[in-house]
Amino acid sequence: MKRIAAAALGLGLAFSSPAMAEPLKIGMITTLSGGGAGLGIDIRDGFLLAIKQSGNKDIKVIVEDDAQKPELAVQIADKMVQSEKVDILTGIVWSNLAMAVVPGVVGQGTFYLSTNAGPSALAGAKCNPNYFNVAYQNDNLHEAMGNYTNTINYKKTFILAPNYPAGTDALTGFKRFYKGALAGEVYTKVGQTDYATEIAQIRASGADSVYFFLPGGMGIAFMKQYSQSGISTPVMGPGFSFDQDVLGAVGDAAIGVKNSSHWSKDLDNAANKKYVAAFKAEYNRLPSLYATQGYDTANLILSAAAKASVKDKDAFRAALKEAKFDSVRGKFKFGNNNHPIQDIYVREVIKEDGVLTNKIIATSFTDHQDAYAKDCKM
Amino acid sequence: MSSALLIEQVLNGLQFGVMLFLMAAGLTLIFGVMGVINLAHGSLYMVGAFACAAVAAYTGSFWLGLVASLAAAAAAGAIVEVTVIRRLYSRDHLDQVLATFALILIFSEGTRWVFGSFPLYLDIPPVLQGAVSLPGGAQYQLYRLAIIAAGLVVAIGLYLLISRTRLGMRIRAGESDREMIGALGVDIASLNTIVFALGAALAGLAGALVGALQSVQVGMGEPVLILAFVVIVIGGIGSIKGALIGAILVGVVDTMGRFLLPQLLTLFMEPSQAATAGAAIASMLIYIVMAFILAVRPKGLFAVNA
Repeated sequence: MKRIAAAALGLGLAFSSPAMAEPLKIGMITTLSGGGAGLGIDIRDGFLLAIKQSGNKDIKVIVEDDAQKPELAVQIADKMVQSEKVDILTGIVWSNLAMAVVPGVVGQGTFYLSTNAGPSALAGAKCNPNYFNVAYQNDNLHEAMGNYTNTINYKKTFILAPNYPAGTDALTGFKRFYKGALAGEVYTKVGQTDYATEIAQIRASGADSVYFFLPGGMGIAFMKQYSQSGISTPVMGPGFSFDQDVLGAVGDAAIGVKNSSHWSKDLDNAANKKYVAAFKAEYNRLPSLYATQGYDTANLILSAAAKASVKDKDAFRAALKEAKFDSVRGKFKFGNNNHPIQDIYVREVIKEDGVLTNKIIATSFTDHQDAYAKDCKM
Repeated sequence: MSSALLIEQVLNGLQFGVMLFLMAAGLTLIFGVMGVINLAHGSLYMVGAFACAAVAAYTGSFWLGLVASLAAAAAAGAIVEVTVIRRLYSRDHLDQVLATFALILIFSEGTRWVFGSFPLYLDIPPVLQGAVSLPGGAQYQLYRLAIIAAGLVVAIGLYLLISRTRLGMRIRAGESDREMIGALGVDIASLNTIVFALGAALAGLAGALVGALQSVQVGMGEPVLILAFVVIVIGGIGSIKGALIGAILVGVVDTMGRFLLPQLLTLFMEPSQAATAGAAIASMLIYIVMAFILAVRPKGLFAVNA
């Protein structure tokens, strides 16, 4: 009697959620150790928050640390695709790692959803139907800042970025819209922590402003040294240089700095308000834009999984491309190359209740698409 | 190019070199006296930086933090020597590399466990904040000048210690012939511990000084460690003088390369190409210098047992 009741109960449960019955396995490769760990931890925490909120028990997420090393990321990706048989890979922070991992993974028919890196090569001729970028194309935020720089009358900007794909994309993007002259253009080593040489060059160049892209610990080191060097040229950057993950460490030197972002915690929409409050409650800190990209990526996957089984690749791909989810960015859609078309804002660093954070002061682009989409035959 | 810029860059090179010297001095002593390749030296640098940041945050005093960094790194060094390194003297270098690599992982994960993955913030002490004017009109960060001064004081102190004291005599004797000084009745075990702790304290001091300039984070020691190895190979393993000259050479060459190469390449390239190509060559420059020096003097500039 008992057994029959249990079987009936089991059957009842099995029929209660037909669309969700298919298990979905997600592999997350991200940077959880070393100088770039803050970024990966935020992506992971944002992603897992969305999965937790959904209450979806059929989704399994495996998280592994790439230590910001391309060779390690490739090994983990192979293991996840070949032996763990994941349906979707996601999580990579750095463009050089993405370039090493993504082409191989999508070539084998596995989906890859980028939570951060958006190298230009993957947005243009090498675009792939199984590769979706939920964050941005690398040039975007820099283009927005280049565009904004024209409006505030800087005519001689010194630009600085690390020498890796996202760094060259950054300065290319800035120069695409910036109309003034360049006081100098410098590429530094990835992971460099001492910027005395570059600061001396900035001082000698007679620049009226400095634009720098130095994500993670690099930006913290640069800003600390810059503020101590007796130089008063104003700085600007993309959101990465002044987001929640670094502001605390940079300190008050950042107040008033303008930076560009496709998201801000003060964006006025219901999904964003719910997200910021939930993130604070769960992790006891404010979310960064990396966490936001993780959160949006997870919600995109959840929206597609509710519509189609991941085993039916064509249907699942179409569901991803539709992007029918409540993005905390307000509106979100994919272009032909599976990269976002979105608004990009200019923010200013402020101090609010004793905590450094950002507020939106302008909109640089509305429905902005990247410059490489035209090279993508999709 | 103005002379002010040139002066500033030379000072930057010196400051970088002096910081490398603090790392390399300990490394070269440990290798010279004990014959141990200590990959965990970068972890001791990290321990110093974290100790300084933690104590400075708790007490509000950078100077107490500095004392704490010396004490913590020396203690960590002594504990590591007694528990791990002591068992490795008779083993070959592969075992030493494996064991000290394991120590890196243990130190890194242990630090992450205690302090978390986010970088800590260590303030420059108020007296050393800001910039000073140099002759020629250049402005220079005061704290960097203080690092140069501190490094030179340590260099002189080490020179006096090694050439004028009984401990220094034993260290020199240990470098020439370990077995013989043991046979002569010197307590070689405690000499090893003292040398290891001294090297660790110097690394910890470097970590604390640099921590205030950069950010204090897990894994901060490894990039410096690689450069410190380049320094001791150039300078000659076991030689403090070699470490000083090698460190300043590496510091100045690296800084000037990063600064001058892109400018040189703009003479026959587009600016943005010159910037990327120059940055790429500059990052190889010290290794090219090392290869050249090793080709001419295979044991380094000031080899101890040449």
